Amino acid sequence: MEEGENNKMIVFVYDKTLDGLLSCVFFAYEQKKFPELILSESDPKPLFADERYYVIAEKEKSIRVWKALEKKLSKFAQNMVLSVWLSELPETAMLLFRYIRKNIDHPQGIEMNFGDDDVLRIKDIAQKVGTDARKLIQFIRFQETADGIWFAPVSPRYNVLSLIAPHFRSRYAGQPWIIYDTMRNTGLYYDTRRVQEISFAQEDLAELKSDRLDTGKLSDEEAFFQKMWKEYFQSITIKERINLKLQRQYMPKRYWKYLPEI
Amino acid sequence: MNEKTLEKLKILADAAKYDVSCASSGTSRNNVQGGIGTAAGWGICHSFTPDGRCISLFKILLTNHCIYDCAYCGNRRSNDVKRTAFTAEELAELTVEFYRRNYIEGLFLSSGVIRNPDYTMERMVRVVKLLREVYRFNGYIHMKTIPGASNELIAQAGVLADRMSVNLEIPSEQNLKLLAPEKDYPSVFAPMRFIQQGMLESAEDRKKFRSAPKFVPAGQSTQVIIGATPDNDKQILSLASALYKRPSFKRVYYSGYIPVNTGDSRLPVLAKPPLVRENRLYQADWLMRFYDFKAGELVDDLHPDLDLDIDPKMGWALRHPEFFPVDVNTAPYEMILRVPGIGVKSAGLIVTSRHYGRLNSAQLKKIGVVMKRAQYFIVCRELPMQTVNELTPQYVRRQVSQKQKKATAELLQYAIEWGE
Repeated sequence: MEEGENNKMIVFVYDKTLDGLLSCVFFAYEQKKFPELILSESDPKPLFADERYYVIAEKEKSIRVWKALEKKLSKFAQNMVLSVWLSELPETAMLLFRYIRKNIDHPQGIEMNFGDDDVLRIKDIAQKVGTDARKLIQFIRFQETADGIWFAPVSPRYNVLSLIAPHFRSRYAGQPWIIYDTMRNTGLYYDTRRVQEISFAQEDLAELKSDRLDTGKLSDEEAFFQKMWKEYFQSITIKERINLKLQRQYMPKRYWKYLPEI
Repeated sequence: MNEKTLEKLKILADAAKYDVSCASSGTSRNNVQGGIGTAAGWGICHSFTPDGRCISLFKILLTNHCIYDCAYCGNRRSNDVKRTAFTAEELAELTVEFYRRNYIEGLFLSSGVIRNPDYTMERMVRVVKLLREVYRFNGYIHMKTIPGASNELIAQAGVLADRMSVNLEIPSEQNLKLLAPEKDYPSVFAPMRFIQQGMLESAEDRKKFRSAPKFVPAGQSTQVIIGATPDNDKQILSLASALYKRPSFKRVYYSGYIPVNTGDSRLPVLAKPPLVRENRLYQADWLMRFYDFKAGELVDDLHPDLDLDIDPKMGWALRHPEFFPVDVNTAPYEMILRVPGIGVKSAGLIVTSRHYGRLNSAQLKKIGVVMKRAQYFIVCRELPMQTVNELTPQYVRRQVSQKQKKATAELLQYAIEWGE
């Protein structure tokens, strides 16, 4: 229990958006009420909460909190906050709340104090999210479909599609593609001009989850180039140095289902 | 493209596999209108083969025909192997098709020597030209320079490629001449110098005209084979250290010798490739590039070879107990960097975090310090632990070498025979 708050258990309920969370920060400072827990509508509520507040997400308030943060945090730390948000981990709401509060209360901000558990945890989660995005960039495989769209199903741990879109947009500028998160049932479609969010109907999703598209939906050449790649992968291996443990360490098994070479 | 191309691909990938370089880092480039590809700036590995090596670039030979007869090479002319060659069109198309599917970052083009060095180099340049000018391919290209090729051809290649490399292969000239009588060091060092000169001139030109073409923007690299000759680690690391002093030099690769040709009395018979030694050399190389160690600190006349049981940083620390303990709360960054178990990242975090208060060992652990190794060499907020000075270097060596031996053994175990 924190001192100065009469040992009351305070709970905030919010709409599970980033604007909502930042509005919680605004509300807390305005009302001088600092929550023990921040929950969403669908979370089970504790029985013994003394005070419960429903905080409404308001864009203006969220922007004001963010502006205050921009004064205390480097661009790097700001991006870490956004990455932690994308992790969607259950602890993020309270962790980000504490982190933002500590930075607002400290005259210079505390982003470099890695002796602080919350600062370290923010860094760790942001790093994990970053790694997840990088692994995706490494191990995504596009398949050319019969209608000329390059399709890549994925299932990242965290909600990182927005982080990788710029990379593929620039790299394959002239090639329409879809990167589809089959776990979250949401994807990005690039039509060679702009990237937009899409989602498929449930019955189509079942097929996508099988990781490889039906051959009838692929271009005539797709199977051939997949075969070429598979042969290349085998020929470039040095048999005297086989080290499957090292292979798995660099390329964890959870990515294998999308790789034609394995 | 058909089954014939597939057959060529198998032969020429197999013949290219012993070149270890695979880096695709060191240059970043945005896409061009109507073209395909970017260079990301950070090395992206797109797959890992069962030997645990990264595939970043499409590493391939243009041909495995060769006029030379180097003892250590599987493609030497006296070997009875299937020979073949790609056409420039085949190779360019294959590169782009692999690239479109996110299999690769780009092309690493090497070749056996057909007719003469210029003829070979000219054909390699043709592939890269086709990629850059017709396909408007903007991904990463690493080109091998054929020793003996003319400066004009290297100059043409340099404006098209991101990185170029010439392999030394053997760490001393006398042994190179023994194993590859048709080669010598001048034919390797001459193109290295020419590439460097091109890079420096281009950098100078670009100060005046922003549109002046870049020349080998990601620098050059080379490879030496380890364990095929009696050359010791001191010789190898001194050579690497001298190369890193050149502004254009980015990487030296060490390749544990794998006997591809049997029955040659000039070469040693090895039960298995010297992988632990290769690993130690990479660690030493890392220390020279990122930790400000000098080659002479890692190996000297008394210790001409790296210790296989402990890593070279630990080896240095145990030879210099007088340097320790280091107080992580007050010591300068350079000293903290010398502590075994503390890397570049954790050293940086320590230096920024200690302004907020004295760090203790639990915090150090969370920051990423490997306390198992660091504990003998530091003091932090708690009462000083027993350091290398009280415990003696011999004692610490016994403690850490058992652990490291086990770790190395795990890293290098040969799990199963690799089948199709």
